[in-house]
Amino acid sequence: MTVIDTGALPESASGKKPDSLWTRLKPLTLSLIVPALLLAFWQVATSLRWTRLIPKPYDVAEMMVDFAVGGIVDDAFSATLHIHLLASMGRVYGGFLLAAAVALPIGLMIGRIPAVRMLLDPFLQIMRPIPVTAWLPLSMILFGLGPRSAFALVFLGAFYPILLNTIFGVRSVDPKLFEAASMLGCTGNAQFFKVVLPAALPSIFTGLRLGLGLAWFVIVVGEMTGVPQGLGAVIMDARTLSRTELVICGMIVIGIAGYISDRIVVMIGNRLLAWSPQHNG
Amino acid sequence: MASPNPIIDVRQVTKRFELKDQTIHALAETNLSISKGEFVCLIGASGCGKSTLLRIIAGFETPTSGEALMWGKAVSAPDPTRGMVFQDYALFPWLSVRENIAFGPNARGLPRTTVKDTVDRFIELVGLTKFANAYPHQLSGGMKQRVAIARVLANDAEVVLMDEPFGALDAMTRERLQDELLEIWQRTGLTVVFVTHSIEEAIFLSDRIVVMSPGPGRIESDNPLALSRPRDVSSPEFNEIRRVLGAKLHSHHGKKAA
Repeated sequence: MTVIDTGALPESASGKKPDSLWTRLKPLTLSLIVPALLLAFWQVATSLRWTRLIPKPYDVAEMMVDFAVGGIVDDAFSATLHIHLLASMGRVYGGFLLAAAVALPIGLMIGRIPAVRMLLDPFLQIMRPIPVTAWLPLSMILFGLGPRSAFALVFLGAFYPILLNTIFGVRSVDPKLFEAASMLGCTGNAQFFKVVLPAALPSIFTGLRLGLGLAWFVIVVGEMTGVPQGLGAVIMDARTLSRTELVICGMIVIGIAGYISDRIVVMIGNRLLAWSPQHNG
Repeated sequence: MASPNPIIDVRQVTKRFELKDQTIHALAETNLSISKGEFVCLIGASGCGKSTLLRIIAGFETPTSGEALMWGKAVSAPDPTRGMVFQDYALFPWLSVRENIAFGPNARGLPRTTVKDTVDRFIELVGLTKFANAYPHQLSGGMKQRVAIARVLANDAEVVLMDEPFGALDAMTRERLQDELLEIWQRTGLTVVFVTHSIEEAIFLSDRIVVMSPGPGRIESDNPLALSRPRDVSSPEFNEIRRVLGAKLHSHHGKKAA
């Protein structure tokens, strides 16, 4: 046979040209504009005393340093950032992993087995609109005041995005792929691992990413239930003590920690889903 | 076209699809027998049942009555001996070119070294050695369809069923793939059943053209082609056949309108 088609691969597969300095710096520069404007507005607003209840950026920065390494205020919160961060991370990842461990198999079954769908789907759909905050009192009764309650709320927060995206991924597999698999000799249960799972992976990954994001979202509520450590606890305690600069520090740390953990998930996703044009970025 | 020992034998097959509020007669009683090594085109307007007939031979659809046989044995489910090439490729997007072609041999549990040799051979056959590790979304339509063909051949298909395989390709790619398909067919002695709605494509490729007509779908005429190969689309013989077949295709259009 004559081999003629030697057309180059589309750009996604070919080597990228070296970028100019500006091309490389542009995304970073653009992404910093809005935070910088916000910071400037904050500075102006507090210097002109439009409000006396919000601390100045400098005070917050100072507090952050003290919170992280101590040496400025030297009170109960000084140099405790790592303790609270680790406590929160433990609950976020623990609750998230447990949610994934429960939601993935249930989602796969609901997506594939009609009987399981009829059994579980109506129940789960009724439970779904109940916000995590509404579970707080019940969770405190069931799991007591403390870390277990926080863990349970994080689990609930992460559960639904993972579940729903898994179901969606499993149900939206192109039917042609089942036909292709069966005419190639892959039939029955083998199709689950060879077709359903890989085809649903992008969707499952989106679910995991949303779930982890929500886990960080819920952690403050979860840690309102009287836990001694955790970023949510710091924010609630600081609020009670009217230490607004510490509240803002807690918020910033949650934002950054959540962002970093999302980037890690995205990186893993890009590696695992190199075949998917939607995830290759 | 009765041959004593046909590879594919469609006997008194009918197909009805029951929808909510209507029944669609996709195929009226249909008989078709195909010999080993034949290149048969099914041609007709949309709704003539050509794809349904192909899918029944593949084992994707069960006939409402009658049966399709392969080597005398009733077709009950899809099988690697009857490979299907879809119009929209149906490649596994998460597998590279190499892995897509290896899918069938792997599913059948062949030893790793056998799979590797087979895959190497068929990647080369369709000229995609340089793209062995590319994913489907990085390939052009023509390249994807080459993978789909290689995937079926690598799985030892005896019959290749093709459902308008080149319909979505541009004219130049289509012509090239037609040439390549003929070359593979002549070299391997495969049996090909090829669904198309292009008269030119059917005349260029096939030993036999089965003209089908809609309402309900049925075989209108069975036309063996005595044209020598390689075929020249601009020759007078080619155009004469095109004229005759065109008239056959259009006659039942007229009937339908009347």
